[in-house]
Formats: sequence, structure tokens, C-alpha cells
Amino acid sequence: MLLLLLGIIVLHVAVLVLLFVSTIVSQWMVGNGHATDLWQNCSTSSMGGVQHCFSSSANEWLQSVQATMILSVIFSVLSLFLFFCQLFTLTKGGRFYITGVFQILAGLCVMSAASIYTVRHPEWHSTSDNSYGFAYILAWVAFPLALLSGVIYVILRKRE
Amino acid sequence: MAAGAPSSSPSPILAALLFSSLALSRVQAIVVYTDKEVHGAVGSQVTLYCSFWSSEWVSDDLSFTWRYQPEGGRDAISIFHYAKGQPYIDEVGTFKERIQWVGDPYRKDGSIVIHNLDYSDNGTFTCDVKNPPDIVGKTSQVTLYVFEKVPTRYGVVLGAVIGGVLGVVLLALLLFYLIRYCWLRRQAALQRRLSAMEKGKLHKAAKDSTKRGRQTPVLYAMLDHSRSTKAASEKKAKGLGESRKDKK
Repeated sequence: MLLLLLGIIVLHVAVLVLLFVSTIVSQWMVGNGHATDLWQNCSTSSMGGVQHCFSSSANEWLQSVQATMILSVIFSVLSLFLFFCQLFTLTKGGRFYITGVFQILAGLCVMSAASIYTVRHPEWHSTSDNSYGFAYILAWVAFPLALLSGVIYVILRKRE
Repeated sequence: MAAGAPSSSPSPILAALLFSSLALSRVQAIVVYTDKEVHGAVGSQVTLYCSFWSSEWVSDDLSFTWRYQPEGGRDAISIFHYAKGQPYIDEVGTFKERIQWVGDPYRKDGSIVIHNLDYSDNGTFTCDVKNPPDIVGKTSQVTLYVFEKVPTRYGVVLGAVIGGVLGVVLLALLLFYLIRYCWLRRQAALQRRLSAMEKGKLHKAAKDSTKRGRQTPVLYAMLDHSRSTKAASEKKAKGLGESRKDKK
């Protein structure tokens, strides 16, 4: 029983870490010498290795991607907090519904953020020789893990 | 002596009065407020707000003046003037027939509206207010930027999405808990009523038995006094007791 609890917590924390890294690190799209992400574009000049960073454009779609990524982090943190609350206050045999609901919401937010980014990214940078960076991949990885974690919470029953 | 005394005594008082009036007048000033920047789209209209604070009451000689300095230019031309209750609008310059007075002097508002914007309207507008006797003060400037399409400020969409989704989720949670609380309360009320009904039936049965119990000792007490045979008295008591039972 304790092992199961530990496993679930580890999964939840892993999802949280993935979401944080994906939101903050600047590697959603990488090209030769420059990397862009949700918050800034950084480019390293070829000579001297000096890095210039500019803020990303104020495009509405980019703002909605930022907003949904932030929301997913918020929901995941709330879900962790509610899990510990419910662990001590739930009656025997009860299910962790609220925790699961918030975790599933976090997963849906990450999915919508990554989808909007995939569809609309030509609007705010025009260069075409770009490949997706690792932060983008982490966002897509976090989505099924978050859903899985949420579903586990909904199915799980509290035992003594 | 008589000539000397009046000349010396009023002068320090006069000097003091003059100094105090100068000091007071230095505190008095008009403060003009406008926006710092205004964004407008080509072809649409834009409102240039101007308000002021004055240490005097709003007088009838209140005047507003709007000046325009084109972007990169050095001269400022006067495009609007309001004095003595009458607005004077530019009828020959670049803002011909495009300015509308929407201010209210008694509300300390000296705003104008510029219609049909064009790229050549980019520049700095200065609002100058004079409220006699309060005429010393700084003017305030507002810069007009004309765009093809007004860009939304950064953070509006971000804040709206975050706030909207969080609000909806919180509302849904509240509603869910409210409905569950009402349902549980109704269940508890029903349960109470059911158990009360059951208790009531048992209580009624118990009441009846105690009543009967209370009356028979009286009968026995009366029968003791009569001194008749025990069997006969017992038979009588039994009969009476049974009849009483049947009545119930």
C-alpha cells in the first residue's frame, strides 16, 4: 500500500517537474544559432558567442499558449496540495475525485497549449529552418502522463 | 515726528503682507492632467482627455488651448481654443472640420475628439488651461500614435484566459459542493422525519400503558377501604379494568 502511494506521488511530482521545465526553459523551437520559446527569442551571434535575447511578440495566440501553460502548472500544484489534504480528511473507501479532476484539467491545458503552438507558430516567427526543441517535446510528454495520473486518482480508493 | 511715525510703522506690516501674498501665490498653480500616450487606428476617432486641478473656483474666464506639434517638427500650432463659454475650432489648418469639443468646463474636463485619423496626425498634443486668477502652471502633453490596426496591449489576452478559466473552475466546484450539501441536508431531514414517526408510534404505545398503570392503583386503593371479600373485589376490579381497556 505504501509503495503504491509512493509511486503515485512520484508520478505526480514528475508531471509537475515536466510542466515547470517546459514552461520556463527557452527551447520550444531551435534553429541554427537561435532558440525561441514562449517568453523570449535568444540568438547567439556567430562571432564571439554573444547572446541577444528579445521578448517574444505580443501575438494573441502566443499569449494564449503562455496562459494555458501557466494554468496547467497551477492546476497541477493545486492537485498535489489537494491530494495531501484529501489523504487525511477523506473517509475510508472514498475516492480522490477533486485531485483527479484537477490533474486531468492540467493535462488538458498542456494539450491545448501544445496544439495551439503547433498550429499557430508561423504567425510569430517566419524562419522556416527550425526544428522543435526539447521543451516542446516535454510538453507533449507531460500530457499523457498528467491524464494517466488524474485517472489513477479517480479510480483509487482510500484504504486504512 | 508725525510724518515720520506713520511712514515707519505701516512699512513692516505692508512688507509682511506682500511677502505672505507672494508666498501664497507661489503655492497656487494649475496642474493639468492628460494621458501620456494615445493609440488610434487610421480612419477612426480618438479622444484626447484633459483635466486640471486649480486652487481657485472655476471662473467664467476659464480657457483651454490645444496645440499640436507634428512628429519631427519643431513648431507647435494652436488647433483649438475655448474661452468665455465659446469653443473656437480650427477651420483652416490640417485639422479642419475634424475636431469636436466634448469637454465640460464646470466638470474640469477639457477633452476634444479628433475624427478620421490619418498617419500625418502622429505627433504631440499639448493641453493648456488658464483659470484666472490662477494662471501659473505647467501644461501637459499627450503623444498620438496612429496605427493601421490598434495592437492589443500585452497581457490582456494572458490575464483574460487565466482569469476566465480559473473563475469557471472555481464556480463549478462551488456549485458542485452547494448541490451536494443541499442534497445531504434533505436526506438528513428525511431520515429524521422517518425516525421521528417510528419513535412516535412507540411513544404512543408506551403512553397508553403508563396511563392504565396509573389508574388501577386508585381502584385497588378504593377496594381496600370497602372491606368486601377479596375474590369478589378482585373480580370487580378485573371487570372494571377490562371495560376501561375496551374504552381505550
